[in-house]
Amino acid sequence: MTNPWTDIKNTDLVIVMGGNAAEAHPCGFKWVTEAKAHRGAKLVVVDPRYTRTASVADYYAPIRPGSDIAFLMGAIRWCMENDKVQWDYVRDYTNASFLVREDFGWQDGLFSGYDEEKRDFDKESWDYQIGDDGFALTDPTLENPRCVWQMLKKHVDVYTPEFVENITGTPRDKFLDICGMIGECSAVDKTMTSMYALGWTQHSKGAQNIRGMAMLQLILGNIGVRGGGMNALRGHSNIQGLTDIGLMSNLIPGYLNIPTESEVDWQTYLSTRSFTPLRPGQTSYWQNYPTFMVSFLKAMWGDAATEENDWAFDYLPKLDVPAYDILRMFELMNNDRVNLYFCQGFNPLLSIPNREKVTTGLSKLKMLVVMDPLSTETSHFWQNHGAHNDVDTASIQTEVLELPTTCFAEDEGALVNSGRWLQWHWPGATPPGEAKHDTWIMAQIWTRVRELYRTEGGAFPDPIVNLSWDYADPGEPHPSELAREMNGRALSDVTDPATGAVIVQAGQQVSGFGQLRGDGSTMAGCWIYAGSWTEEGNMMARRDNSDPDDVGMYLNWAFAWPANRRVLYNRASADLQGQPWDATRPLVQWDGERWGGYDVPDIAPTANPSEVGPFIMNQEGVSRLFTRGMMRDGPFPTHMEPFESPMANVFNPRMRGNPVARIFESDVARLGGSDEFPFVATSYRLTEHFHYWTKHNPVNAALQPEFFVEISEELAAERGITKGGRVRVWGARGQVWAKAVVTKRIKPMTCDGKTVHVVGIPLHWGFMGAAKKGWGPNSLTPFVGDANTDTPEFKAFLVNIEPAAEEPVA
Amino acid sequence: MNIDLSRRGFLRLAGAGVAATSLGAMGFGSAEAAEAAQVRAYKLATTTETRNTCPYCSVACGIIMYSRGDVKAGETAELMHIEGDADHPTNRGTLCPKGAALKDFVHAPTRLTHPRIRRAGSDQFEEISWDEALDKIARELKDDRDANFIATNDEGTPVNRWTTAGFLAASATTNETAWLTYKTVRSMGIVGFDNQARV
Ligand code: SF4
Repeated sequence: MTNPWTDIKNTDLVIVMGGNAAEAHPCGFKWVTEAKAHRGAKLVVVDPRYTRTASVADYYAPIRPGSDIAFLMGAIRWCMENDKVQWDYVRDYTNASFLVREDFGWQDGLFSGYDEEKRDFDKESWDYQIGDDGFALTDPTLENPRCVWQMLKKHVDVYTPEFVENITGTPRDKFLDICGMIGECSAVDKTMTSMYALGWTQHSKGAQNIRGMAMLQLILGNIGVRGGGMNALRGHSNIQGLTDIGLMSNLIPGYLNIPTESEVDWQTYLSTRSFTPLRPGQTSYWQNYPTFMVSFLKAMWGDAATEENDWAFDYLPKLDVPAYDILRMFELMNNDRVNLYFCQGFNPLLSIPNREKVTTGLSKLKMLVVMDPLSTETSHFWQNHGAHNDVDTASIQTEVLELPTTCFAEDEGALVNSGRWLQWHWPGATPPGEAKHDTWIMAQIWTRVRELYRTEGGAFPDPIVNLSWDYADPGEPHPSELAREMNGRALSDVTDPATGAVIVQAGQQVSGFGQLRGDGSTMAGCWIYAGSWTEEGNMMARRDNSDPDDVGMYLNWAFAWPANRRVLYNRASADLQGQPWDATRPLVQWDGERWGGYDVPDIAPTANPSEVGPFIMNQEGVSRLFTRGMMRDGPFPTHMEPFESPMANVFNPRMRGNPVARIFESDVARLGGSDEFPFVATSYRLTEHFHYWTKHNPVNAALQPEFFVEISEELAAERGITKGGRVRVWGARGQVWAKAVVTKRIKPMTCDGKTVHVVGIPLHWGFMGAAKKGWGPNSLTPFVGDANTDTPEFKAFLVNIEPAAEEPVA
Repeated sequence: MNIDLSRRGFLRLAGAGVAATSLGAMGFGSAEAAEAAQVRAYKLATTTETRNTCPYCSVACGIIMYSRGDVKAGETAELMHIEGDADHPTNRGTLCPKGAALKDFVHAPTRLTHPRIRRAGSDQFEEISWDEALDKIARELKDDRDANFIATNDEGTPVNRWTTAGFLAASATTNETAWLTYKTVRSMGIVGFDNQARV
């Protein structure tokens, strides 16, 4: 989230698309209710199902799963055509005026540079025209046909209301009414907030869904302001933290990157990360990349990371593919190329698509280690549970170790909420039996491995034996020690470059990332967390809930990254003179000499607003309506069908799914078509359950005891399915049996003259725990992900459905 | 700053003060006071309170856990009740049906309490000691890494990659667990590293 939950009360219009906050984030959703009750805000919900969020909305419209980009591009087109644009914001705070290269273009659903063989674009032409001075050329009048604004206008021209209706199934009048409500928020004194979750990310073009709304928000001037923003509600309690700390194949904490093979050494690695400003006088904060990277390497390898060995750069692995993400790992397992696999609080047997493939993959491992507070399906994948897990136990040679871990109540440390607040928590219960903290388990395993390398030698022991491990108890580092390491400290005195004065003494915690240095004099495990544990103590433990003037910022409650800032890009809440666009909703402002306000300003404290652009992380100094080559599937979002869809792509019928999404050959063969599987399925959560955890809790298991699927009355009639009757749902990769919930909440839609039925499949059942045995949507979903993130396409796939015999009573 | 001030604890102290004062003011003699002291105290007034966060969705509602026994004092503590933290800016004391039932998640019948092993081809788990389990895992890691570690590619560039082992990290562990996991997994060169951000 760019803004905190508590800021939603400041909005005028909430648009929920790609999420269902009332059910999946109930206590956060109360801030929508607050905005409705006290500001007169309106709530718009666009969703394939009439959800509980929709039930309290001022306006609801249905949409076919997987067609959001068409809706969003249509809304952008409508705003441009009807002059619903925050012009000052667009002109000065976005790259609307930047000129795009002459050889960039789009046709037949594809941007310039497509290579069908490689399933990739050559992105060379997706760039600005650069002048002799090295800066991008611009046209502040926005009239040059090659400027981003005109290029965007041309790009969205096809998304007329008729076109949108035809693709999305959203009735034209509803689409236009929503455009009207959105358009009002282009006024400086009106803001809209976007609340979305996995309903937007779990598509083969998920990242482009989000881009689409972000662009709309920029056109309306709604980024950086109170009551605005792009608010990713996020699924799990610390998925923000785990991503911040880079627990992904290609990441280093603080959104730095693991090198690829082509980055043969430290200098080559840095050469593509110079981030020189693209306009005069801009901050381009990523110019500090080397500083953060050296501080990270010092945190990892301490004295073994020296200037002479390029800070131990070669200790890091280098990737030969973009990422060894979870889908690739299960593909490799199926190809007998993985021997050992660890699952730490992760239940892939129910959460990774194509369960059959997950089972065969796990069956080929030599050893599977599961660390979890609960007895999961994954740790029992080899156990036969009849139709619910029909495996041949004796033939599975995988050795499985199931290690009991503590849960939140017994553990200490910080979780990062979706508003980027790092909230420390304390243990209040003794772990059951022999359950242990994850930190203890990891330290115990790793110190044993280190000991083996110390005594036996072996393959490149250096990164292991030299890993910094400076903990009071090497067998169980304390959370406070680990948190301090992430914050960072001075290894030798750090001085102010201007005055030479010592600002942090050797051994002291830094108080912010501005004190980090690239010369080896500082270390920090995760630069964006600098300031979370300073010499003054644990800032994440702060619990002062004061909020001057009730703005909703709570600066003394816990710590928010970066720099305790609560609203990202908040500099953009003020105009070119540094004064708030909306005087009734000030956030930060310029007093002629310095920035100040209710939030920590997202700009250098003395940066003159008329000279320095508000988007300081970007080389442009402004935000991007056109993203150059930063996304694999295009600098503008373009409509693409899901990999399994009832319709061909209207721009290019030959194109299946996202043309650059990675899909393995064996999985192409397992895609289904609408002739065999005519109905569109989508997965979702219920209020009473959290993933596959709460079915272990007898209370939640009683509240929602049994797996069901939701269908419309029309589909039920068509297939002869009765209310509460048992049905079989099957697709190209598997089948499940469930109770049928026949409901008015789902209605058939008409797309391209065809009736489209939607089948809703909640995701909370398996074969372990207190609830009745059932299945998850992953028995049915395709093994393909988003082109940029590899997030699996759980939200739009094809199935068939028929009545089934009632279960035999045992 | 950094106050771990328990609001309920404060109220309890204040309440005890009021009780003592009013007993005196109403003229109870020592016998009555002694009898009053025998009256069963409210269950929650004899518990330790601890601030924590709901581990489910990323609204991250503040919660207060009530336990018999104090972990901080090194005692065995049993969780008895969980409620929303009324002072938390986001949830203001409310919890949804998931958070409201958290205590029973902690005490779920399917919580794991002992390390177990399922041997190749077997149809059951058997208990194993921590030491034996950890030694076994360390040995497997070491042997597999030594056998399959890719130090350089064909061009001779150091790549330090180990692709035959993979690690899936969680979604609800703490930052501190995440950082320790990051350090250990990366130091070994494991690239099949992922978390639950996508699902
Ligand atoms: S109580 Fe409900 S809304 Fe609050 S964090 Fe937990 S799951 Fe989310």
